[in-house]
Parts: sequence; C-alpha cells; structure tokens
Amino acid sequence: MTCHHLDATGLLCPLPVIRTQDRIKGLSAGDELEVTATDPGTLHDIPAWCRIHGHAVLEAERAGDACRFRIGVGGDEVRG
Amino acid sequence: MEPTPQNRPPRAAALISGGLDSMLAAKVVLDQGVDVHGINFFTGFCVEGHTHAIRKQDRAKAKRNNALWVAEQLGIKLHIVDVIDEYKDVVLNPKHGYGANLNPCLDCKIFMVGKALGTDVLANGAFDFVITGEVVGQRPKSQRADTMPVIAAESGAGDRLLRPLTAHNLAPTLPERAGWVDRSKLYGFHGRDRKPQMALAQEFGFTDYAQPAGGCCFLTDAKYSGKLADLWQSRATRDYELDDIMLLKVGRHIRPAPHFKLIVGREEGENNFLAGYRKRFVALRCVSHLGPLTLVDGTPAADDLHLAARIAARYSQGRSAPAVTVEVKQPAGEAETLTVTPLPPTELAPSWHIGAA
Repeated sequence: MTCHHLDATGLLCPLPVIRTQDRIKGLSAGDELEVTATDPGTLHDIPAWCRIHGHAVLEAERAGDACRFRIGVGGDEVRG
Repeated sequence: MEPTPQNRPPRAAALISGGLDSMLAAKVVLDQGVDVHGINFFTGFCVEGHTHAIRKQDRAKAKRNNALWVAEQLGIKLHIVDVIDEYKDVVLNPKHGYGANLNPCLDCKIFMVGKALGTDVLANGAFDFVITGEVVGQRPKSQRADTMPVIAAESGAGDRLLRPLTAHNLAPTLPERAGWVDRSKLYGFHGRDRKPQMALAQEFGFTDYAQPAGGCCFLTDAKYSGKLADLWQSRATRDYELDDIMLLKVGRHIRPAPHFKLIVGREEGENNFLAGYRKRFVALRCVSHLGPLTLVDGTPAADDLHLAARIAARYSQGRSAPAVTVEVKQPAGEAETLTVTPLPPTELAPSWHIGAA
C-alpha cells in the first residue's frame, strides 16, 4: 500500500473532484490518497464521487478553512 | 438483439447535466439493461458549484453537485471531464453562432456529444452510443426538429445518438434498430411543456431533482455575456483563461475607462475569493471604514487609481463621510494610502457598470 497526496487547495468544485478522479486512475487498489482542499463543497462532492466509484472515504474532516480526505482506492473492477 | 461488437451488454454514455431531463433519459435506457455511464463536462462556464462556493450567503444552503447526485440516485458511475481548454474553440468560434447571448448552444451540444462518444474514460473499450435528454421543440436553437439532426451529423455520432425522451419524433437510431433498446419503451415528448417529464419523474419515484429546464451555463446569462464581451473588447482579443471567466462570476464590474476596470466584492465570500488574486491585480481596501475588497484590472495610471479609490470608498460604510482612507496595494506588495472623497452616485455613470441589464 502506498500513500499519495493531492493538493487541491484554491480550486473550486468540481475541479477538486476532477483532480481526485484523475489521480486515482493512476493508483492501485489498496493505495491511499490524501486530498487537501479549501472549497467546502468538497465535503459533499468528494465522498459522493467515492461512493459512486467504489472507493472508501477513510477520513473526512474540516479544520479551519481546509478540508482533508483520506481515500482508500477500490479494486480495479470498480475503477475508471 | 444484434450483438455488440465485443458480445457484451451494450454500453452507453449519458450526458448528465444534473437536471431532470438527462436524469430521465439515462433512467429510461438503464432500465432496459444497458450499461450506462454518466458523463459530465466541466467547461468553466458551469453554474454548478462555483458561485455556491464563493458567495457566503449561499453557503448556508445545502450544497451538492447535482450531476453527482443524479448518478448516485441512478446507481451509475459519473465521469467528470475537464474540457476547459478544448471548449474555448466552441465559445470563440461557434460555427452555428450564438443564441440570445454568448451561448453557443448548438455548437456546444455538437461538441459534447462527439466528445462523449470518443471519450476514453472506460478502461476496456468504447461506448456504443450516446444518450441525451434533448426534447424536440424544447429549446429555441439546439433542440429543434431541424437542428437536432445537425447535432447527430456534425458530432460524428450519427445514428449512435439516442434521445430517449423524444425518440418517437425521430427516425430509429442504431441502438433501436439493433435491438439494444426497445423503441416501444421510449417516449415522444415534444415542446416546452414540462408536464410529461414531471409525470415520468413521478412514475420513477423521483421526488427530488434540480430545477427543470434550469440554466446550467453562465453564457446564457445576459449580464455575464456582457462582461465577457467587455473583456474581449478591452483586451482587443477574443480569448480567455479560467481565472478570467471565474472572475466574471464575482463582484460588481465597473469600467470608468477603456484601459482599466474595477471588480468590487459584494459580500464577505466574494471579498475572500478576490483576495486570492491580490498578487495579480492592484488591490484596494478601505482602512478607515469597513468596505469591500476591490481589484483593478488593466493599466491604471496614478489618476486612475485615485478615481478607483473614490469608487471603492463609495461602496464602503464611509460612503457618506467627507473622506475615506483607502490602501492601494500593488501586486508585488508595495502599498500606499490615499485619502479620498467617496464618489457620489450621480458621478458613477450607469454605463460604467459592465453587464448591467
């Protein structure tokens, strides 16, 4: 399992979702991706996108202006 | 049923805007056993998302991305595709021209249908056909009996473009002829009446959906289009970057002279958003009174900055005061303060307000 990080701060939705989606395409099942964003809309949109595509939101938190997510990448059959 | 090339269930790309029609169209085909994937294109002009994130008054409302929400309701995947750069050609050079404002609706639909059919979001092959929620007669330009065939032809989709809600008004497409989709289970909606869609939504049990026929693109908005046209005119070139079109969504845009304009925040959320651009523009902030953050775009001279400060003061709580002190900060960080008389409303020419209706 490899941990990766994506900085999506300063981007407004849906760009943080698009960046997350594009980054996960290059990862392997079981990897983790930590995403940092500032648009509060990500608190809804990133978990929704993960549910649709079969990825697990292991953590989602807001601290001040920052939103942070830890995503467990799902299997190949649910990616794409 | 005619087998698909790889002898698997037929696979369709459904354009999902987040509105009701595309939701219904995808559902109709999904219920026929087709492997439906949602596609949502981000052009930079989408109303969805940005303004809610920027304006503080909108943050209290429940916020969701309606395209994601629709996909989740339908149980399909949604691929959100960034087409900001490619879409420029659609906006700048629409073969079929603009609608009432700078909305190139026909060229836009041609672009999106073609892009959806050719998109490479699938790991294992291509889509067999494309689904849209179009209805003959619903939109004045892109959804007419004479323009809908143009979309099919010029997108390259041809008869691989299926409009389930209005299929009975059109010739059978490949998915229908091949038996991938049962034509008798499609619909013949026509015109601007929304009742058939609402009845079908009720039949499917959809009680919560985005505003039917709601505009999802800023280019259909007269004020926004006015600001975009002004941007092109002031720069003497028809081009834009993402930041340009984002800034047009925010604040009051006031152009006292051809070579500079002001972007005045209207509330705290917009001020915070504009603050992210202080390293690119001259920024004005009233320091003697509460007031908005104002950016100055262009090549203002010293006299121009004095006028800009007077305008910024006019939107501060010191608008009736004899003098207001304004900090003028250059992009590199050096700052000076100006003490000015707020500009009286009578001296703020209506024509300076860009995009005013």
